[in-house]
Amino acid sequence: MKPGMNIAVLVKQVPDTYAERRLKDDGTLDRDAGEAVIDEIDSRGVEVALQLAEQHGGEVTVVTMGPQRATEALRKALAMGADKAVHLVDDALAGSDAWQTSAALAAALRTVGFDLVITGNEASDGMTGTVPAMLAERLGLPQVTSARKVTVDGTTLSAEKLIDGGYAEVTAPLPALVSVSEKIADPRYPNFKGIMAAKKKPVQTLSAADLGLSNTGGANAASRVVSSAPKPPREAGQKITDDGTAGAKVAEFLATERLI
Amino acid sequence: MPTVLVLAEHADGALRPVTGELLTAARRVGTPAAVVVGAPGAAAALAGELAAAGAEKIFVAESPDADSYAVTPQVAALQAAVEAAGGAGEVAAVLLPNTVDGRDIAGRLAIRLDSGVIADAVDLDESVVATLSVFGGSYVVTSQVTQGIPVITVRAGAVTAEPVAGAGEQVPVQFTVDPATATTVTAVHTEPAGDRPDLAAAQTVVSGGRGVGSADKFSVVEQLADALGAAVGASRAAVDSGYYPHQFQVGQTGTTVSPQLYIALGISGAIQHRAGMQTSKSIVAVNKDPDAPIFEIADFGVVGDLFDVAPQLTQEVSSRKG
Repeated sequence: MKPGMNIAVLVKQVPDTYAERRLKDDGTLDRDAGEAVIDEIDSRGVEVALQLAEQHGGEVTVVTMGPQRATEALRKALAMGADKAVHLVDDALAGSDAWQTSAALAAALRTVGFDLVITGNEASDGMTGTVPAMLAERLGLPQVTSARKVTVDGTTLSAEKLIDGGYAEVTAPLPALVSVSEKIADPRYPNFKGIMAAKKKPVQTLSAADLGLSNTGGANAASRVVSSAPKPPREAGQKITDDGTAGAKVAEFLATERLI
Repeated sequence: MPTVLVLAEHADGALRPVTGELLTAARRVGTPAAVVVGAPGAAAALAGELAAAGAEKIFVAESPDADSYAVTPQVAALQAAVEAAGGAGEVAAVLLPNTVDGRDIAGRLAIRLDSGVIADAVDLDESVVATLSVFGGSYVVTSQVTQGIPVITVRAGAVTAEPVAGAGEQVPVQFTVDPATATTVTAVHTEPAGDRPDLAAAQTVVSGGRGVGSADKFSVVEQLADALGAAVGASRAAVDSGYYPHQFQVGQTGTTVSPQLYIALGISGAIQHRAGMQTSKSIVAVNKDPDAPIFEIADFGVVGDLFDVAPQLTQEVSSRKG
């Protein structure tokens, strides 16, 4: 590790949320459907890491777990300015649930070494949003979720985190794990120089065996999908054009449905 | 009967409604027991309400640490309550509200218990199979924990509370927090919610979108909400335009709501907004644009000016209440 703050950022390649997303018959995400992009929230995580490293020195490592094409998400982060990347890629990891994903990421992070781990607060393709907490518990770290502002002074991290109805000021000793909210720094766009430099930056690939992971894959998951089905689309009900009495007609509808 | 532990959600000495919903879901599986984590004296104020809502037992985990640290006190307290209730053979599930903190507590607890976790369930059956509504309600998935004691977060408003009074027997449990892995809360800033219900848990939500046009004009949304006893929400477009504060944003990047009634005023219904509200039981939409996608999912749609329709509806609702 370099002197200063060494920061590991978790990024994830996800289907574009503006495109249609599909589940496969086994209830797992169809990652080949639609466009894949770096999760928007993760590029904010990369931005926060770059800003902290610029202030305190140190190195930014981006880490991802996913199929081969997830390399694109790593290259994007490297083009933004991250120093190196770790790609955990193995067919044996396909179908991992939150429990297994957190185990694999914890193992990968231990090989990287860090003072701070940054993640997005909820991957937009996930069904759980519990991975950051599981990861923090496995690594024995304090955790700040949904941060909108992060500063570091010596070995203390201070943050503002979003809570229901407002925000809280919190502190935690380093090393720590922070998940960032969409209200934090806007990500910088990679420039041409960054994109060219990214091609020469090291991307280390790790397999499940490299990390000594066992009981991997959907068959060994701690939770399983019992059934999955597209919901029949909600049907439009009645639609009227306001003739000056629509407010009263809505009230009638609500009364008929016993909603008022 | 195995025990099902429910983390009691409370603030300022009052129980949040989601706790009653979780106790109702717990009773389907086994004997409901609430776990109260708070400063000394917290449980005494809540015990009566918890028993009335269905708690047969109340595990009382009180410590001055409970309010000064985030998340880890609840994790440690739930772990202690699992042991006090007899451990893996005796505890059928742990249920928590699907809030930011609830998901964090669930994730950490699952690792400590070596258990699987399911987040954001909208229903739970007697064999602890959870129903999830994913991708903004476009898929229905049922899921089951296959390892350890299932740890499940449940969306507020998804299960209807059916209170069956329980014995409410209080059982103290001890817990400790390791400062090296704890986050300290130094200050909390919340906007006074006023008399309006909490957005995530409200039975009725009235939301305004870009069509409202300005921050001042949001009063037309608020007046209808107040007539209905509803929470106020806003679309991302309205929040980004500065019409309404961020904490009221409904949608994929804001709060997901599932009320009995959702009224969308001047909201076009972008996919990211629909993802946060389309599991509402009834949807009413008012929009000038007859082609607005919100009408595709509205049970009752009005093509018209919200500034004509909403005030008239407000008046009708008020006069019907007498």
